[in-house]
Amino acid sequence: MSFTIRKPGEKSGSPAAFAIGKSRRTFFKKSGIGLASAGVLLAACNGDDDEMLTNETVDLGSGDAGILNYAYALEQLEAAFYDQVLKGGYYASATADEKAVLADLEAHERAHREFLKTAINSVAKAIPDLEVDFSTINFGNRDSVLGTAKAFEDLGVSAYNGAGMLLKNADYLLVAGKIVSVEARHAAVIRSLIEPGNPRAFAGDDVIDNNGLDKARMPSEVLKIAGTYIKTKIDASNLPS
Amino acid sequence: MKFLNLLDSLTKVEEAHPLTAPTSRRAAFGRMGDIAIDLAKVAVPFGIAAAVPTTASAQGTTRTPIDVFNFALLLEYLEDEFYRTGLSSNGLLSGDTKTTVEQISKHETQHVAFLKAAITANGGAPIAKPDFDFTAGGAFKDVFTNQQTFLAVAQAFEDTGVRAYKGQAGFLVGTGGLLTAALQIHSVEARHAAKIRRIRGLKGWITGEQGIQGVPATDAVYKGEGNVMQLGLDASSAAASGGVSRDRVTEAYDEPLTTKEASDIAGLFIK
Repeated sequence: MSFTIRKPGEKSGSPAAFAIGKSRRTFFKKSGIGLASAGVLLAACNGDDDEMLTNETVDLGSGDAGILNYAYALEQLEAAFYDQVLKGGYYASATADEKAVLADLEAHERAHREFLKTAINSVAKAIPDLEVDFSTINFGNRDSVLGTAKAFEDLGVSAYNGAGMLLKNADYLLVAGKIVSVEARHAAVIRSLIEPGNPRAFAGDDVIDNNGLDKARMPSEVLKIAGTYIKTKIDASNLPS
Repeated sequence: MKFLNLLDSLTKVEEAHPLTAPTSRRAAFGRMGDIAIDLAKVAVPFGIAAAVPTTASAQGTTRTPIDVFNFALLLEYLEDEFYRTGLSSNGLLSGDTKTTVEQISKHETQHVAFLKAAITANGGAPIAKPDFDFTAGGAFKDVFTNQQTFLAVAQAFEDTGVRAYKGQAGFLVGTGGLLTAALQIHSVEARHAAKIRRIRGLKGWITGEQGIQGVPATDAVYKGEGNVMQLGLDASSAAASGGVSRDRVTEAYDEPLTTKEASDIAGLFIK
């Protein structure tokens, strides 16, 4: 159950999953309003290989299925991260408690990823495996691993919180709700592991506002942040907004 | 009696009226536009216009956003008074645990204020705070003198809160910023729950229907948490779990409580 690692330049995903005929003009038109980030856009436009551009961009799709694919993309990222964490040097030397927490997180995110893939494929088409880029993470270093875990968990919470209103189907919203509170539990525990001397860290003022509300981020903002760790180009322009 | 009336009104489930609902619902959500403006002034991330909902909730019944927010307000009143009372009880809490409870208490007070403002801004009337009995009729006699009891009840409240908000979310489909705000409170409750559980030496997440050891009165809080059916699929099956154990699959999904289930739990603590 590993994510796919490819060398730069290799094709990713299944061409059949995309609109092959999507023209560059359409691409540019859409990218102006909805593509994940300017950085992603520039990368996608390097070179003159139109086929590569269309084939390598993963379209999340539209409607509720698009939002589920968006969630699936984030769960792929988290699951791939914890998979690497469990194979890394920090984990090998971590305390028993930290190991137990990280092993649970790996399992939970893997379960989320596989469930979403199965669920999406039963009603639409799940996006292919994304290519991740963890080159900025030092898996042998506690601060690097836990800091990234915190960033991913807080990001996941804000992503589900922001995407809820984009769903029309109450059953999908419920499942998203079942997942997001577990992500929030993860975030709280990781935050306390990072700052054992700060009894407020689990829900610190850096993440909870003056109304007692957690963060909510829209997909464009989330993907811009996540983009640092995802090599595959993601087109979110067809998502509901 | 007052308490029963209160719960009645809070748990009232309107039958969906297919012929008349669209108009009234549209009117209701028209007012949602107001909250987007009013609450934006207090730096709330509303600001996306409410969409007209497509269908009634999955349950085939509906509750107005005011119903939902007043129900949430009841639960927040409960938590807010609980933590404030705990913090003012001499000798109950100390050290890091006290600091953690202060942080949680601050959030619950903020939630009460936020929900009241949201209800008022939408033309509703916030319910009054009921009188609470945190001993639950004597089941938790030492709740404000014994830190362990206090934390056990706190865990029950937080895990109930997470499940209760989740159970209400479906009624807010199509309400835009209101749903977002409810979700933003929901995840804060989950952070609280995880922290309290960790202080108590437990996992931050719920395995199966594992309740609070030695406190059968809290079993209702965890009833149904062992569910593995998601969207009609068995999330613990090999295909949908990626080989993750059933216990961990149950941890990976928090389950909702219905309005009645959550009310029954809250009701144990209302005079």
